[in-house]
Amino acid sequence: MLLGRVIGAVVPCVVCEGLDGTPMLLVQPLDMAGSPKGRTVVAADSTRMAGPGEIVYYESGREAALALEPAFVPVDHAIVGIVDGLHVPGREPAP
Amino acid sequence: MILGRVAGAIHSTINHPFYNARKLLVVEKIDPEGLPAGDYLIAVDVVGAGVGERVLVLDEGNGARQVLSSSDGPVRSVVVGIIDHVELTRQAS
Repeated sequence: MLLGRVIGAVVPCVVCEGLDGTPMLLVQPLDMAGSPKGRTVVAADSTRMAGPGEIVYYESGREAALALEPAFVPVDHAIVGIVDGLHVPGREPAP
Repeated sequence: MILGRVAGAIHSTINHPFYNARKLLVVEKIDPEGLPAGDYLIAVDVVGAGVGERVLVLDEGNGARQVLSSSDGPVRSVVVGIIDHVELTRQAS
């Protein structure tokens, strides 16, 4: 899993079977200190509660689909949690 | 498995049910000499590792789910060991 910041939402008009109603969020991957690193990804939100500006952790690859219900859906990134506190001594993220 | 150093911890209340009451660590990847490899990952801790400790991280989904006794958890990375020391045998080049 990696850290990311939600920077927006994607609203699809047609999706594959099993993805109906799944929130799709734009996520900017972050490094340990909370600074942007790498290219933006679109992630399905399994918590259904993540919003713009929040720091989240997301799973990628095969495991991402397991976060959703039903499990065998075509996604490659899924948000599995919203970060309340990130404690990395010496590398505190910007609020 | 890969080598890492625990850089910190993550606290979260809103999460996928699989992650309820699981301890998440921020693990910085390191090379065998212990120098940062420039990358990190977030892993579930099952051994009680603390910040600063060198750890062994399993980064494969099926093994991770087996360790966590789950058949369908959305997980891939698990801290499965705390490293005492690494012995490196230098090859003559």
